[in-house]
Amino acid sequence: MTRRWLWPALILAMLVAGVLGVGIGSTSIAPGHALAALAGHGDPIERAILIELRLPRAILGLAVGAMLGLAGAALQGYLRNPLAEPSVLGASNGAALGAVVALYFGIAEWNAVALPVLAIAGALVTLAALFALAGRSESPLTLILAGIAVATLTGAGISLALNLSPNPFAAMEIMTWLLGSLEDRSFRHVLLALPCIAIGIVLLAGQGRALDALTLGEDGAAALGIDLRATRMRLMLGVAIGVGGAVAVSGAIGFVGLIVPHLVRPLTDRSPSAVLWPSALAGAALLALADVAVRVIPATNELKLGVVTAFLGVPVFLVHLMRERRLW
Amino acid sequence: MVSIAADRVSVSLGGRHVVREVSAALTPGRLVGVLGPNGAGKSTLVRALLGLVPHHGNVTIDGIARTAMSRAAIAQAVAYLPQGQVLHWPLTVARLVALGRLPHLAPFSRLADSDHAAIDHAMARAGVTSLADRLATELSGGERARVLLARALAVEAPALIVDEPLASLDPAHQIEGMELLRAEADAGRLVVAVLHDLTLAARFCDRVLVMAEGALVADGAPRHVLTAELLARVYGITAYFGEGATPMLVPLDRLR
Repeated sequence: MTRRWLWPALILAMLVAGVLGVGIGSTSIAPGHALAALAGHGDPIERAILIELRLPRAILGLAVGAMLGLAGAALQGYLRNPLAEPSVLGASNGAALGAVVALYFGIAEWNAVALPVLAIAGALVTLAALFALAGRSESPLTLILAGIAVATLTGAGISLALNLSPNPFAAMEIMTWLLGSLEDRSFRHVLLALPCIAIGIVLLAGQGRALDALTLGEDGAAALGIDLRATRMRLMLGVAIGVGGAVAVSGAIGFVGLIVPHLVRPLTDRSPSAVLWPSALAGAALLALADVAVRVIPATNELKLGVVTAFLGVPVFLVHLMRERRLW
Repeated sequence: MVSIAADRVSVSLGGRHVVREVSAALTPGRLVGVLGPNGAGKSTLVRALLGLVPHHGNVTIDGIARTAMSRAAIAQAVAYLPQGQVLHWPLTVARLVALGRLPHLAPFSRLADSDHAAIDHAMARAGVTSLADRLATELSGGERARVLLARALAVEAPALIVDEPLASLDPAHQIEGMELLRAEADAGRLVVAVLHDLTLAARFCDRVLVMAEGALVADGAPRHVLTAELLARVYGITAYFGEGATPMLVPLDRLR
């Protein structure tokens, strides 16, 4: 059974992460001043820092984290594979490639919507290619191999753009998409990403029963009344729209979708449906906290968020490796 | 009560004709065994009945074309236990059996008392109540086979299709499994079981469909169908036939 304290604990963690995200930064603002600023009075500079810099960043951290956590949980459930995750399967890279194309050809400057649309298209194409390559096989290996193939191809595309980029500034900007960051994000970005993430969350969170039924394999699920084609369609669209929208503002932040379901699963009854919402909450808390961490960790350049989450992701793979080798 | 009718059902997989023009009308209250050597098309036939594999020919469930029914409607009418079921997540036995209630759940609703009653009943009948809190992935082969049977029973559908439900069961549990299927049929349900054990099939089934190379080669009561001549032709074996009220046969030797 799902632990009783899981939901309250995750919601609390999310709130704490949100408050820290607004409260902590390079300029220290006393809590009293911060409250006054948020209420609409107080020092105009502090108000600008809080409302125009930190608040959108905290909101994006929570939203993008929730989306990545949920996408990881949904993909793991659908593919019956605990190593599935938007970035492992190339979806994040595909979205990043879409974003890079938008930046490289200057399409993003024509129209603000072009960036998320191309990112979503990138993720969609990548997932479609992935499912086509992996076919109907239920083997984890086939899927991971197909994921590597697709992720490598999109990675090569991004490297090509980097290689051909006309000047170092363009190259720097493209690098940012690869590493993932929430630095200098404004409410414009929030408006761009939130609708996509909301659609993604609704599409994925509604798949709980289909994912549970898939515990019995595709035939078992179909015999339990699950329309597999519709499930696959909703899942692909949910991941592509949600992750595409998230990547369009944050860049490719990997491993959140891998780490979070693993942390949450032992605290539930381990059925795919029970992992979905807690993964969204935990993902939101994790990414928002990681974003606080990159601000606090002293470094000459601010650490990129994707770098931090990649370091966090490695232990999950190691645990799996040790289980495979029966060392643990 | 549900009856299932197949009309000239054929299945080709990868250019090979796996099932050839099989027609059969399956009526409620019967335990129907599907027999035949490995690769005869038994599993593919029952998957075609459920619409899990593309096929030619028509299948009707209670007179309604199956293609006109939604997946959910089929799931409520026919419960299915696939062959060699793999479990992908380490669920507890109780949670796994509860999956059988999915066809009955309204959107966004939780398991009702009637669902819990069905789950408990199914676990009790398959004899797995004591395993309820164990992880299904950590059970022995025989325990898992019974848990999966309980999952299929929990659907409480008027028809039940089970594919090799006795695999990896010891003799006592095999007989218990057949008694369970027999009781389901006696309660008015249609039970279709893909079986390999000719002795148990002859003893418990009302009717057997014998398949060879995709075609239906015999259909009828075991006593009339399972003859020395048929076993020689289909399986290439000889058998000992006992005399008595219930048909008894024991496979003996391979024909050379």
